[in-house]
Amino acid sequence: MATTGMRLTPLAGTEALERPARSLWRDAWFQFRRHRLAMVGLFTLSFIVLATLVGPYIWTLPTNDIDFSRGLLGPSLEHPFGTDDLGRDLLARALSGGRISIAVGLSAVLIAITLGTAIGALAGYFGRLDSPLMRLTDLFLSLPILPLLLVIIFLFRDTLRAALGPEVGIFLMIVAVIGILNWMAVARLVRAQFLSLKQKEFVEAARAVGDPDMRIIFKHILPNVLSPVLVAATIGVGGAILTESTLSFLGLGFPPDLPTWGRLLYDGKDYIDFAPHWALFPGMCIFLTVLSINFIGDGLRDALDPRRGL
Amino acid sequence: MGRYIARRLLIAIPTLLAISLVIYVILSLSPIDPLSQFGADPRVPPEVRENIRRSLGLDEPLHVRYVKWLGAMVRGDFGQSFLSHVPVIDLIAQRLPNTLAVVGVAYLVGVLIAIPIGLISAVKRYSLLDNVATTVAFMGFSTPTFFTGLLLIIIFSVNLRWLPFIYDSNLKITDLASLGQQVKQSIMPIAVLGLFNAAVLTRYVRSEMLEHLPLDYVRTARSKGLVERTVIVGHVLRNSLIPVVTLIALGIPTVFGGAIVTEQIFRVPGIGELLVRSIDNGDIPVVAGVLFVFSVLVVLFNLIADVLYAVLDPRIKYA
Repeated sequence: MATTGMRLTPLAGTEALERPARSLWRDAWFQFRRHRLAMVGLFTLSFIVLATLVGPYIWTLPTNDIDFSRGLLGPSLEHPFGTDDLGRDLLARALSGGRISIAVGLSAVLIAITLGTAIGALAGYFGRLDSPLMRLTDLFLSLPILPLLLVIIFLFRDTLRAALGPEVGIFLMIVAVIGILNWMAVARLVRAQFLSLKQKEFVEAARAVGDPDMRIIFKHILPNVLSPVLVAATIGVGGAILTESTLSFLGLGFPPDLPTWGRLLYDGKDYIDFAPHWALFPGMCIFLTVLSINFIGDGLRDALDPRRGL
Repeated sequence: MGRYIARRLLIAIPTLLAISLVIYVILSLSPIDPLSQFGADPRVPPEVRENIRRSLGLDEPLHVRYVKWLGAMVRGDFGQSFLSHVPVIDLIAQRLPNTLAVVGVAYLVGVLIAIPIGLISAVKRYSLLDNVATTVAFMGFSTPTFFTGLLLIIIFSVNLRWLPFIYDSNLKITDLASLGQQVKQSIMPIAVLGLFNAAVLTRYVRSEMLEHLPLDYVRTARSKGLVERTVIVGHVLRNSLIPVVTLIALGIPTVFGGAIVTEQIFRVPGIGELLVRSIDNGDIPVVAGVLFVFSVLVVLFNLIADVLYAVLDPRIKYA
């Protein structure tokens, strides 16, 4: 931060003239591109996401074709990730599983962000709600998250499976539970921002012209909170993917016919002494995805931090 | 100081009550019938089942059952395991020391790695060492603990054959040789958690140090002629560690989560392994008991963090 003061002195002149019209997002992108690791992360993540979306159409080997004669083959040109004990192609399984892993991450974070922003905004804006809502947040923060997740999934898995079918039921349940147990950090962040922003002149001005509370919250304050929430959301996606794979790894995630990365690792872990590829490749997928997401989050944080100046 | 700790303790009690309520509601909403063991048995007539239900107090209203359940939990009466018919509290008491040892040593390892590296990283910002440390830390907390565990097993157990694959819980430490064995089998479980902790903590220490380095009091310390070492370690580090303590407290649930995974991979007989095994067996009393113990642990460690915070930061008034 020592250099902030210096950087803020007008850099103006030539450079400012050459650059196109400035907006928050254009500036952020300009900053973001200078964060080397974040750019590497962005490319890696784009590649992985693209591979899981398009890959199954290009790599058309079936994910559930059992052929015992081709079991536990190491990586080869024919099967780049090798095969599992039933002779199923692991690349095909990793591609289709990646879709689910990433979808779980995104949806769970969507829930967590929505809940966290709503609770944080209410607590920060309405003084009366602050204390009870923050108590609630503290309570959730002191829950043992992973054990609780395991127990909830264990208790309600069969009911949901019966009600909504094995795939949809488990997906909705895992997404909902991860989302509902991870909104607290966002709520705290949004509340802190609301507390300081609601004192600002522009909010006072909005109130003076008679804007109702909801309009002030959505139109005036919320847009200013967007960038830290975006950073938290980005990092949250990585966290949610990790949580899902942990659940699957402990045998309480997706059923075996829905091979998420964590599930593949779980299936492969008993064979690591003679078929390490089975666990290694899905593990690398999780690692690379989460690492890229964390780098992107770090880059976004730097890029969206107004204190950084140019 | 005593009053501050007492107040914190008083705040922890309603938190625990609320958590116990959450656990109870989840357990009682569950569709799994505690009598399901008998349910499958057609020889048990309905009236007998109803009698058992009544004798277990299952016909009473929810809030009465909650109060009774909580009373039993507080007395340490967690019921009996469906499977082994051993009191749940004994099962937990047997295994808790293992979990605490793994988590505790892993934290120690994490702190011992994180403080020096975070410190150097911040003081020599953007140096080669800082870049390497930051990248490694990022990789550290992006790797799921189960993957680190499997990697260590592949390298050190399968390929190099240096360390045992599975934790032998029957090992008794009697002499140097068995002590050596104990150390050998503890290395990997502790390394998995310790490295994860180190990665997270290094980031915290570095960023807090960076916040503090440009502050006025640092310049004052330098200008009154203190050696750089004293300025950094005695002044900047000490102040930077205060928020780090809070961040550590917030991370405690994650660490216990990591302990479950680690115990599962290496078969360390701790309460995490007990939880997963009981879930697999549908042993509900054990599941409820372990969940309760995990909650108590999280609240307890938060309490310790609060107290540490007060010790480190004299500005906190204990009123």
